[in-house]
Amino acid sequence: MDNFSYTILIPALPLAMFLLIGLTGHKFKALVYGIVGTASLGIITILSYITAISYFWGTEKVEEAFQTIIPFNFEWLNFTETLQIKMGVLLDPISVMMLVVITTVSFAVHLYSIGYMKGEIGFSRFFSFLSLFSFSMIGLVLATNIFQMYIFWELVGVSSFLLIGYYYEKPSAVAASKKAFIVTRFADFGFLIGILILSYFTGTFDFETLTNPESSPVASFVGTSFLGISVISWALMLIFIGGAGKSAMFPLHIWLPDAMEGPTPVSALIHAATMVVAGVYLVARMFVVYHLWAPDVQEIIAWIGGFTSLFAAIIAVTQYDIKRVLAFSTLSQIGYMMLALGVSGYGEHEGVGYMASMFHLFTHAMFKALLFLGAGSIIHAVHSNYMYDMGGLRKYLPITHITFLIACLTISGVPFLSGFYSKDEILVAAFEHNKILFAIEFIVAGITAFYMFRLYFNIFWGEEKEYHHTPHESPLVMTIPLMILAFGSIFAGYLPFSHLVTSDKMPFDTHIEWAIAIPSILIGFAGIAVAWVMYKKKTNIPDKMAAFFGGFYKTVYNKFYIDEIYLFVTKKILFNIVSRSIAWFDRHIVDGSMNGIANVIYFSSKKIKGLQSGQLQQYGAVFIAGALGLLLFVIYLVS
Amino acid sequence: MNFQDLLLIKHELLLTIAALIILCFEIFSTDKNKGMVVPLSAISLAFIAAVSFYFPSEGTAFGGMFQTDGLRTAVKLILDIATIIIILQSYGWVTKEDNKNKISEFYIILFSTLIGMNFMISSGDFLMLYLGLELATIPIATLAAFDRYKTKSAEAGIKLILSSALSTGILLYGLSMIYATTGSIYFEEVRAAFQPSPLAVLGMIFFITGMGFKLSLVPFHLWAADVYEGSPIAVTSYLSVVSKGAAAFIFTYVLYTVFSVASEIWLQVIVLLSIVTMTIGNLFAMRQKNMKRFLAFSSIAQAGFLLLGILGQGSLGMGTVIFFLLVYVFTNLAAFSVVATISDKTGKENIDDYNGLYKTNPKLSLVLMLSLFSLAGIPPVAGFFGKLFLFNAMASKGYFIVLFIALINATISLYYYLLPIRAMFIMKNENPIDTFKSNVYIKIGLTVSVAGIFLTGIISMIYEYLISVSVGL
Repeated sequence: MDNFSYTILIPALPLAMFLLIGLTGHKFKALVYGIVGTASLGIITILSYITAISYFWGTEKVEEAFQTIIPFNFEWLNFTETLQIKMGVLLDPISVMMLVVITTVSFAVHLYSIGYMKGEIGFSRFFSFLSLFSFSMIGLVLATNIFQMYIFWELVGVSSFLLIGYYYEKPSAVAASKKAFIVTRFADFGFLIGILILSYFTGTFDFETLTNPESSPVASFVGTSFLGISVISWALMLIFIGGAGKSAMFPLHIWLPDAMEGPTPVSALIHAATMVVAGVYLVARMFVVYHLWAPDVQEIIAWIGGFTSLFAAIIAVTQYDIKRVLAFSTLSQIGYMMLALGVSGYGEHEGVGYMASMFHLFTHAMFKALLFLGAGSIIHAVHSNYMYDMGGLRKYLPITHITFLIACLTISGVPFLSGFYSKDEILVAAFEHNKILFAIEFIVAGITAFYMFRLYFNIFWGEEKEYHHTPHESPLVMTIPLMILAFGSIFAGYLPFSHLVTSDKMPFDTHIEWAIAIPSILIGFAGIAVAWVMYKKKTNIPDKMAAFFGGFYKTVYNKFYIDEIYLFVTKKILFNIVSRSIAWFDRHIVDGSMNGIANVIYFSSKKIKGLQSGQLQQYGAVFIAGALGLLLFVIYLVS
Repeated sequence: MNFQDLLLIKHELLLTIAALIILCFEIFSTDKNKGMVVPLSAISLAFIAAVSFYFPSEGTAFGGMFQTDGLRTAVKLILDIATIIIILQSYGWVTKEDNKNKISEFYIILFSTLIGMNFMISSGDFLMLYLGLELATIPIATLAAFDRYKTKSAEAGIKLILSSALSTGILLYGLSMIYATTGSIYFEEVRAAFQPSPLAVLGMIFFITGMGFKLSLVPFHLWAADVYEGSPIAVTSYLSVVSKGAAAFIFTYVLYTVFSVASEIWLQVIVLLSIVTMTIGNLFAMRQKNMKRFLAFSSIAQAGFLLLGILGQGSLGMGTVIFFLLVYVFTNLAAFSVVATISDKTGKENIDDYNGLYKTNPKLSLVLMLSLFSLAGIPPVAGFFGKLFLFNAMASKGYFIVLFIALINATISLYYYLLPIRAMFIMKNENPIDTFKSNVYIKIGLTVSVAGIFLTGIISMIYEYLISVSVGL
């Protein structure tokens, strides 16, 4: 049996790269750093694949269940005899799966960045930050205990902050990085309090001990309550707030769209495929605890996930910046994953939601990273983020076009591509648990297909815009990652996920529920069709105009009429009433309340300024008053 | 008195001898080699620290007035390290033209105050505590006014001596009440006889008030900002690190031992003071434009956090407080050293002046960034662990609501700690501070601080050691 001692290299190598690139700085040519960074990522990608293959197919199972393997666990800090902080490597189905996701996407992004970031100032800085991120993210998923996870969680936040603010000459990038950092920090404080409460009661940080359904110390504290709610629910809710911050769940999602100010490869790696799903991973890691001892919190997770997915999908329809469309789409898809965890049961087929969530995480990482890298390639070609500056690009960017189309089809749930399988499982899980949530997700599936194809048609079809210079396809170093990810997007769905990653680590059989799959396929196609009619044909107006003057009056009249209806329905009703109001709510209420807190603090600090006058007499008076105040306080205490 | 007693006070004795050696050096030195007093002081202090580290002593002397053990030695060592860094950092300022003829005086006075702190730490009765406190405070006032040709510095000296007179008056008044109710000034005897009668509790409150002044707790903090701003930066860092550290230790110790009977009462008072101090310190820090004032208010807020550790009680509380102090020494001194260096070279002290500093002085900017991260408590630097252990100590006694308030404050503080970082790394400046080279002493000081910022958190032995020497409280 394999002892997996080589897995320590998977986090160690990116750390070494970070130090190497960070310390040598500008000693070598920029390209050297790109190649060295990418090569080391390539090595750990291979190592991760070896780990995955030997874990899933090479290790012995006990009663068919996968075993948790801990090749390393160093004792790092002793709090008390029972409460220790350790640093180690934990291998179980979800951590191994995450390793594959992180290294694959990270490798593709490294390779892609060599082309995309060519000639940028601070090329080596970029690669050192990427390595730091990869190290932190791998450390996070391999954590053996919740405290180790927290430490890497913070490190991930720091590297995300550094990468969003990469273009530090651009004020909007700096503001975005600050916003991301502060919002997620805010959530992380919830996480930390949650950890402290949980460890205070259970006396352990270890995932192994906490998530054991038979002997977890959590079980004995479910009865202890604080303000009428079980302390375990408090702790888990606070921990979930940490997860919701990282995964940008409503109402903590406000940082993610702004985070698109970072370089596009960063958006693909951090804000689409890996870091933003850390919250989902956290809930999955603690799933047993949530499900068995805090079902109330699990219910909340389901609703937050469902609401976020609908909310974000509607906003995505109104956006013109292609990266923002993708950002809202990411929010929406993570909402799906959260919802699936929220509705999941435990064990065998009951746990289909858990399996579906992890499955969707896996496929989403592939196709969303592909979409972002494709978007990067398009932006690279036309030097604009806005879809109204684009059109007819399919001739100029053939590879980007095909791969982007594959990703759009995958996210829309077109049969036999990977997204179809994972989304179908989520819909099945939702259907079995809660019909309202199922209905929401069903509608979201349609909206998703619509906005993705709105994007697609606007970019690749329609009227050609005036470009400064003829757009040209990106170099091979950028298109190869696209092809790798397109391959993943198509075929990832054929992995037997229900045999590999399940709630109780026992394999079970699934099949496609055609009763649910067919309607969802249909609504997906309906979304695509609507986008087709509205955006492909609308931009064909120049051709149609010729026909118009040819005398086909009536047809054109009807066409015009239909266009008007579409225009009315989408622009006036859908855009204005629904989306605008949600966007307004987002901007004024959610952002506003955050700003409000800041204003209150600033205002009160201004008010008390007078206290610091420089007058010594006054200081003396305040001093005596303070002493007397303390005295009064104590008298009040004693009496 | 016998020879054994002298051995017990060897740390203080050696410090006195070192001060005398510096005095002699001053007499025999020429104008050219005057600057050599800096390495001389630093090395002799390092030597003293090494002696007390390798030959620790334990016991009481002078009929119980003086006591020493592993815990006190640890605290003294921390203060020694801090003072060494301050000595190294002061080089640039002390060798300026204006100070040329009084270089050695600075170090002699610095050593005298350190002796006072040491006696205060080792005190076994209230008289020794009081004497140590005064021996420490009065020389500091002269140091605060060291730049006497500057109005602000003179003002700082006067403000410090007057307000500390007020606070020691109140402290002494409180001690007299304690003596009146218990009939003794020895810690052990007071502890045994202490009853929470109204007069005794009043005495305790006055004691807390007097120490609150030293720790610059709100509302006894108003002197701090003016004095910190006016004093030379070396003195400011000494006041905010060493002086505060010594006071924090003896304050915690007296509360835990002498006033242990009345813990119900003082725990509540500490909760109140810490919440007020953190919050007010943060609110003021947010508005500051001058780096020295900024760090002054940040250190007020940090004192509020420090009080939280006291809530941990017992060896956990004491160990945590001292660990926080250790972290704070490295963190704050790194920040002060950078500010001092820039101020010496250019005279600029405002946050706006730091715009674009990263372009011209990347290393200094990185050091300042690290120390601000540590003050804000961002992992994996030491400041994070300092705060974490505080929170953990407090949570272990069930103070969840205070914990929540502390976390909110920590979040607020994150905002203003990012302001100088933004200035250095992000803001553009037409005329940034010129690139300059720092001298070797400052480089050593900064290296030690940065190593401390990285290592104290990660080497878990340190925390465990501090907890172990605190056992028995």
